[in-house]
Amino acid sequence: MQISGAEIVVRCLQEEGVEFVFGYPGGAVLEIYDAIFQQDSFRHVLVRHEQAAVHAADGYSRSSNKVGVALVTSGPGATNAVTGIATAYSDSIPMVVISGQVGTPAIGLDAFQEVDMVGITRPCVKHNFLVKDVNDLAATMKKAFYIASTGRPGPVVVDIPKDVTIAKTDFQYPDSVNIRSYVPINKGHPGQIKKAVNLLGEAKRPFVYVGGGAVLANASEEVRELVRLINAPCTNTLMGLGAYPGTDPQFVGMLGMHGTYEANMAMQYCDVLVAIGARFDDRVISVPSHFLAQPKKIIHIDIDPSSIAKRVKVDIPIVGNVKDVLVEMIAQLKAGDVRPDAEALGNWWTQVEAWRAPQSLWFDQPEDIIKPQFVVQKLWEVTGGDAIVTSDVGQHQMFAAQYYKFDRPKQWINSGGLGTMGFGLPAAMGAQLANPDATVACITGEASIQMNIQELSTCKQYHVPVKIVNLNNRYLGMVRQWQEFFYGNRYSESYMDALPDFVKLAEAYGHVGMRIERPADVEPALREAMKLKERLVFLDFLTDQKANVFPMVGNGKGLNQMDLPPHMRDLQLGVPPYDRDYGNLS
Amino acid sequence: MRHILSILIENEAGALSRVVGLFSARAYNIDSLTVSTTEDPTLSRMTIVTHGSDEVIEQITKQLNKLIEVVKVIDLNESEHVEREMMLIKVRAAGKDREEMKRMTDIFRGRIIDVTEKTYTVELTGTSDKLNAFIDALDRTVILETVRTGASGIGRGERILKV
Ligand SMILES: Cc1cc2nc3c(=O)[nH]c(=O)nc-3n(C[C@H](O)[C@H](O)[C@H](O)COP(=O)(O)OP(=O)(O)OC[C@H]3O[C@@H](n4cnc5c(N)ncnc54)[C@H](O)[C@@H]3O)c2cc1C
Ligand SMILES: Cc1ncc(C[n+]2csc(CCOP(=O)(O)OP(=O)(O)O)c2C)c(N)n1
Ligand SMILES: [Mg+2]
Repeated sequence: MQISGAEIVVRCLQEEGVEFVFGYPGGAVLEIYDAIFQQDSFRHVLVRHEQAAVHAADGYSRSSNKVGVALVTSGPGATNAVTGIATAYSDSIPMVVISGQVGTPAIGLDAFQEVDMVGITRPCVKHNFLVKDVNDLAATMKKAFYIASTGRPGPVVVDIPKDVTIAKTDFQYPDSVNIRSYVPINKGHPGQIKKAVNLLGEAKRPFVYVGGGAVLANASEEVRELVRLINAPCTNTLMGLGAYPGTDPQFVGMLGMHGTYEANMAMQYCDVLVAIGARFDDRVISVPSHFLAQPKKIIHIDIDPSSIAKRVKVDIPIVGNVKDVLVEMIAQLKAGDVRPDAEALGNWWTQVEAWRAPQSLWFDQPEDIIKPQFVVQKLWEVTGGDAIVTSDVGQHQMFAAQYYKFDRPKQWINSGGLGTMGFGLPAAMGAQLANPDATVACITGEASIQMNIQELSTCKQYHVPVKIVNLNNRYLGMVRQWQEFFYGNRYSESYMDALPDFVKLAEAYGHVGMRIERPADVEPALREAMKLKERLVFLDFLTDQKANVFPMVGNGKGLNQMDLPPHMRDLQLGVPPYDRDYGNLS
Repeated sequence: MRHILSILIENEAGALSRVVGLFSARAYNIDSLTVSTTEDPTLSRMTIVTHGSDEVIEQITKQLNKLIEVVKVIDLNESEHVEREMMLIKVRAAGKDREEMKRMTDIFRGRIIDVTEKTYTVELTGTSDKLNAFIDALDRTVILETVRTGASGIGRGERILKV
């Protein structure tokens, strides 16, 4: 029996086991919406803005092991989706975005609501397709899901002209895909792994640096086993948080621009670095030449060859899936009994502990004003460290990363690569739908939340009981911090004036709102909110306006040249003898 | 350093723009680019002449390989290869210039493929350097128009680039 292109889209989504489609209708996708109306195998979630549809699909994917799906109409629907697509691309999130397109005869004629979606999204997708013939539709959908979810994951756009959704053909979903030009490599080269194992045996100051690739590969168990086996200190990037448990003694905290003192110092002064699914981002190692000035040997595991030797030359590149490579590495380590020298390792740990001792994340919580760090810390306590936490972008994001100790992968969901304000709430929505029994908290700022605040309405419609933790400092805090540090306190356009009453706003959308102004009320408010299991609660915490994120590696600075929090500034923080072969750096 | 990259790519709409987009988005240089289908109509073969440090060329190669439609990429510089480019050049060929143009064309083993009373159109094939040399050998004022294909390259001997 022949069915329409629109029905084929629906059938393909069913075949892929899709549970949720986040979308927004319009002329070019009316056929698809009509087909959706007549099925009941997946749910459609009607967002209030297409950007949010994509972020929700993204949050859904990040908190599960599934491909997120979004559906938007042509023209403005498609362009609204672009920020969401670019966000997913920057963080390698598997997603299929279906966009409507004007009918094929109208393409190129500046038709109503026509944009060249394939052209617009080309630089921010893993791949994209324009389907011109209904006979190609099913195979293209199959390829889209396959490409999105294999190798280094990423978003794939399928642009479907309206006449293709109307045209009819026989439906057959392919069982498998074979793309001769696309063959992801999973297994690492055994010879390279052997070299890595031998190098680890020679290490005196080993350090393990774990990124988002370990989360994407579901390789937490293997990461844990490796780190324990070689008894090295371990750090996670912002995207890797949870890949190695945050409460484990071998964990030294996040590294990078706002990493802990001990993580950044260990990164700078280690002699053998194992980079696992991490891409030496500029917010992590800052200036490459400075990072490499202290000699070190680097083992780099990444599924994408172009991530290797992009910013930093490495000694032992291993192209492959983190999980496969680590399984092999662990097996070789166990079989060969190669371990770092115990005495050297002991000395290294003594040094790492000395760096850890001054507690670079320590802060003082006075009686009168709420510190943002305190709210996150209490949230961690009140949720037993078990919540799924999403965030927006800014200081609150860094506080969330620093003070919520993530013990599981896929528990921490944020826009790291693109840094998209407005990501937090829709992502939380997607995460909550993927994990209906979990507590999902969205840590946000009064500026970021307003970038997709309309989704409070979607949350109401679909009973999404997210807990919004608004760290309201009445500033574009991250911008203000840079202006304080680098622009002589000239707070140009970083003050958030004329804020809405968030409590009333939440209530207007049919939710519960709370305003918390005193430190003593923080914990009780959080507890009360958590008790309201079925409700979305908007917790508006009035926080210290001038709080800054420390430590901070300023622009152009090395990892060992952090701006430290006030309590560490007068300490004598030495670096042991291996500092000497380090030379003079300024 | 100058590198010649040979790329086998699916002969699909939009594939070329992905390659070109990659070069502009990542600020790589394209000195020349030629593309056409191969004996297998599903595949196109592209030759890109670019320049950059070893690190940049390595990234270019990796980024090209990452494009879903790219089947294979080789850097011809890594081994012996031949390279050819074709130029069509229209020159003034009147009076005393006429004989001189004919002579130059012969010296460079070009062919005169179109003739009018006042002009010759010369077809010349060779390495890009040879074409440059021809242009340099002419008095600039006689050159009316040039069009060049950009270099195509192929590995010498047994080395082949195939699926
Ligand atoms: C305000 C702000 C401040 C920030 N400050 C910091 C900071 O202090 N510290 C910090 O770390 N980040 C910070 N970031 C985030 C930063 O911009 C980068 O997004 C982040 O550091 C990149 O993390 P990653 O290296 O883990 O790479 P990801 O972006 O997570 O990339 C994953 C890597 O793993 C590879 N990969 C994917 N899947 C697999 C697999 N299955 N097997 C093998 N490899 C795989 C990919 O090819 C890629 O190279 C900040 C962002 C913002 C917005
Ligand atoms: C869409 C977008 N626009 C601008 C920025 C630049 N930016 C980064 S953080 C920030 C301020 C965020 O303010 P708020 O949400 O209140 O968080 P805070 O830093 O105060 O915690 C801005 C404007 C961005 N990351 N994303
Ligand atoms: Mg703020």
